[in-house]
Amino acid sequence: MGSNKKKWFSLNLSNNKPNGTSCGCGKSSDGCGSHNPTPNKDERTKDGFEQVFDVKMSRRTAFKQLAASLAIGAGAVSTSCSIIAGDESKEKAQIDWEEQFKGNYKLMSDDEKKATVDRLVRSYQLRTGKTLNMSSKNAEKDVLFGYAFNISKCQGYMDCVSACVEENNQDRNSQMQYIRIHEMKDGKGFNFNEADDNYYHEVPAEGHFYMGTQCFHCDNPPCVEVCPVQATWREDDGLVVVDYDWCVGCRYCMAACPYDGRRFNWSKPEVPEEEINKNQHYLGNRMRKKGVMEKCTFCVQRSRVGKNPACVEACPTGARIFGNLLDPNSTIRWVLENKKVFRLKEDLGTEPKFWYFMD
Amino acid sequence: MGRLKVFKSLVKDSLDVTTRGSKKYHLWMGFLTLMMLIGMYCYSIQLEHGLSVTGMTDRVSWGLYISNFTFLVGVAAAAVMLVMPTYVLKDIDFKQAVLIGEGLAVAALIMCLAFVIADMGGPSVLWHMIPGIGVFNFPNSMLTWDVIVLNGYLFINITIPFYILFRHYQGKESKSSVYVPGAFISVFWAVAIHLVTAFLYQGLQARPFWNNALLGPRFLASAFAAGPALIILVLAVIRTYTSFKVEDKTIKKIAMVVTVAAQINLIMLISELFKEFYAPTHHSESAYYLFFGLHGKDALLPWIWTAIPLNVLATVLLTFHKLRNNFKVLFFSCFILFIAIWIEKGFGLIVPGFIPGPYGKIAEYLPTGIEIGVTLGIWALGAFVFTILAKTAISIETGKLRYKN
Repeated sequence: MGSNKKKWFSLNLSNNKPNGTSCGCGKSSDGCGSHNPTPNKDERTKDGFEQVFDVKMSRRTAFKQLAASLAIGAGAVSTSCSIIAGDESKEKAQIDWEEQFKGNYKLMSDDEKKATVDRLVRSYQLRTGKTLNMSSKNAEKDVLFGYAFNISKCQGYMDCVSACVEENNQDRNSQMQYIRIHEMKDGKGFNFNEADDNYYHEVPAEGHFYMGTQCFHCDNPPCVEVCPVQATWREDDGLVVVDYDWCVGCRYCMAACPYDGRRFNWSKPEVPEEEINKNQHYLGNRMRKKGVMEKCTFCVQRSRVGKNPACVEACPTGARIFGNLLDPNSTIRWVLENKKVFRLKEDLGTEPKFWYFMD
Repeated sequence: MGRLKVFKSLVKDSLDVTTRGSKKYHLWMGFLTLMMLIGMYCYSIQLEHGLSVTGMTDRVSWGLYISNFTFLVGVAAAAVMLVMPTYVLKDIDFKQAVLIGEGLAVAALIMCLAFVIADMGGPSVLWHMIPGIGVFNFPNSMLTWDVIVLNGYLFINITIPFYILFRHYQGKESKSSVYVPGAFISVFWAVAIHLVTAFLYQGLQARPFWNNALLGPRFLASAFAAGPALIILVLAVIRTYTSFKVEDKTIKKIAMVVTVAAQINLIMLISELFKEFYAPTHHSESAYYLFFGLHGKDALLPWIWTAIPLNVLATVLLTFHKLRNNFKVLFFSCFILFIAIWIEKGFGLIVPGFIPGPYGKIAEYLPTGIEIGVTLGIWALGAFVFTILAKTAISIETGKLRYKN
């Protein structure tokens, strides 16, 4: 993808990256099979989550009363009760209050999901005067997302990394990246120990090959099991997501992930206003806060509307393939059926939905 | 209500007792308060800027806080080694020591909870964890088990001594039919808190260094060595500075407990080292990093090579009756054993779990000043709580504090 794009931390050494198109086939549009978008099906009502605790409202109200004496809400109370405060700041305080004591997104009804999204959009409007578009679109029926990575094709350009950071509004200061590209020596096999996942030189480097890792969206994700508050879960379309507002930041999931797939906001994440991607999803690239986990969501804001994740679209070599595993005509299915695919650390029983293959 | 009146008077009296004392006592409490204030200041910085002020990163995501938490769970669990002989086996020897032990457990548990909260990214949404109000991922998450057992143990260890002291305060004997069932539960509970805490790590297939069956038993062994070792040291201090009588016999018996636990702990250490180094696999790399360093990264070497000799030396000294019965040697052994296990089961256990990372990346961890400040503050909090509890308990037990009616 463009030579004007670079990694956030790069020393600007890689300015002679090939000016490729979004696909190894040389076409930017469909036609080679790597662009296969997932079919966009009609929206349906969500039925997958067991609404075990279907008492959200009463619990929230109960807690509001309980917490009235807590210092947490003291600021909000004083603002909302103040006579001199304007309508806007009152509304802001009201939103803050409701956001602080809302329930877990996983257990919300569609209406509640919409309500919190509306609050977040309104809050952003009040704060910055700008609008953004946030979705609470649920998983679609008969969709299970999967990903394949062609080791023969990847040249280590890291356009996927840049695209991911831009798309998903990751913190610029800490250079958080969901994707790691491991540079490995030819003839050494998949030797991660000797691989370099933080290189700053021109690629492809002589005698090396490249392998990308990110969240593998396991079908049996250990990170989900260990979360004490169910702030992370597997959606019906296979995406492993985090409710940033419900996460308490214990980082147990991080310790449990065998694939280095999770990231933590050690400080307040910051993205320059003009670089913020305003096309957001509650479970995806909306702005995070400090002290919560985040991770790759296969760009839920894109994949659920039938688009490829940003990394797939950005890859100049066509090494990345994404699609619906339940669609027999998808490219990903073709790869799984016709290539010799393998997964990492299969012995751990996590069932990643991320396959590697070679030409 | 009569009891309420007694309770009110007890609180008033204990406040009276704990705010009065010798110059040394005031210096001690003043020092602890200062440390706590420093800790709070450091924590306020952490709250302001996030956990980025600590040495933790995405590569090593648990550090000094969780290390101390893990170790202190063991200290708390060790109170059971005194409870069992006293209440269950009716071995009267430990009776004086047991209140001290339980006070220590309470202080250790409070420190544990403080460390966990200090480690959280979002302490303001901690209510998400409260069952009923939040979402409690029980029984899937071992962390929820830990929340239950730790708080349950805290409850038991507050109520039993409180009942006994409350009765003694009124000059009545405590009824064994009331507290013995509680003591029985606490025996099993103490094993549970440590085993569950071990399972927290043991259950992670992602971290081969923790993912071994010996971790739980080894936690217990080291806990029953380090905890009673601390109790011996505390009893030694109390014996010297207060009129509370602790017989030599009691200390010698606890020393026996420490010795056996330290020996078992050493056997398990040897077993672990054998497994890691006789036929090293890819999974032995964390152990290699811990003991020898990997690719020139060797931040933990000085620590672990302090811990192992201290551990061995203490165990050897304790093993010989003559040496163990010499109190100077005993106190020295207990001290070095405590330090050794703090290192070994603190960051000697937690940090190598993350190194090398899931893909072999070796990124080292060094705590920052702020992290150390918070840690010291929490230790001071523990010592502060314990001092207050112990002073009140001792005053009641020695008969200085009685309900006047």
